[in-house]
Amino acid sequence: MEQFAAVKRSKDGQPLRYLIVDDSVFARKNLTRMIETFGGQVAGEAGDGMTAISEYDRTHPDIVLMDITMPQMEGIEAAEKIVQAHPEARVVMVSSVGYQENIVAALQRGARHFVQKPVKPEVLYEVIKYVMGEDGVVASAAGAGV
Amino acid sequence: MKMELIQPFINAADAVLSQGLSGTTRVANLAMDEEGYRCQGVAAMVALTGDIEGRIILDLEPQTALRVASHYAGVSLPESDALIKETIFELANQVVGNAVCFLNDQGFHFRVHPPQLLGSADGDKSSEDVEALMLCFETSLGSVFMNVALRSGKQRMAEHATTAGK
Repeated sequence: MEQFAAVKRSKDGQPLRYLIVDDSVFARKNLTRMIETFGGQVAGEAGDGMTAISEYDRTHPDIVLMDITMPQMEGIEAAEKIVQAHPEARVVMVSSVGYQENIVAALQRGARHFVQKPVKPEVLYEVIKYVMGEDGVVASAAGAGV
Repeated sequence: MKMELIQPFINAADAVLSQGLSGTTRVANLAMDEEGYRCQGVAAMVALTGDIEGRIILDLEPQTALRVASHYAGVSLPESDALIKETIFELANQVVGNAVCFLNDQGFHFRVHPPQLLGSADGDKSSEDVEALMLCFETSLGSVFMNVALRSGKQRMAEHATTAGK
């Protein structure tokens, strides 16, 4: 898989920490591998919306990658609850069901962006940079991986 | 069976497999199937109800599913029934999800049901009255079979009305 220049936190230069939420272990492994190529770290994982909320409270990640269709509590509802409790939370929805209604509902309820599955690494990378804004910095080639 | 309903699923499968497996994908075989479905390996069936009704089956040999999962993970994974099931379900969700997005934008509204596992001994009884399109995609990691049986909900209602009137 292609290696990208690391995206780090601008405040302390540390790697971005991600919470990956998907009921599919297969999908979580795929996303984990992808964010590692962005220089990121997995702060936590969850297989449903309820666990995602408690994992967010426990890990306080920089970014949440959230599936939509999951058991117990769906991703859009979980995103809303996380953002209500933590307005600074950056939640990116990652789903194969990317039609207009879902995208609008997710954005209205607090998600910052939407990425359609199958996830293209270059697309997710650009979304991460966009969502981090000034709170993220792309390491220079010399500093990449540091 | 209308091709305009099926083509989005073929396009979605082609896109998901070629992007996900980082290689070229080609349709090696295409046939109509009027018999109940018989699994080639381990299969996931996703049912649709609403403006479009029917089901999509994605079917992989267990070893192909394992190679796909290992490809995504970037490491060689040990074989397990759970991993194989996860892999097939995720591929099915991605294919159906992508096709559903396209059809939804065309004005079709329907419900996508969660995937169900079909074992090698299972047939698909629900398709006995439905003509299906069977495709085999050849990928760098092995063959992926897809069986699509769909019709518009309005067409089904009209057929019921005709039958009831006889």
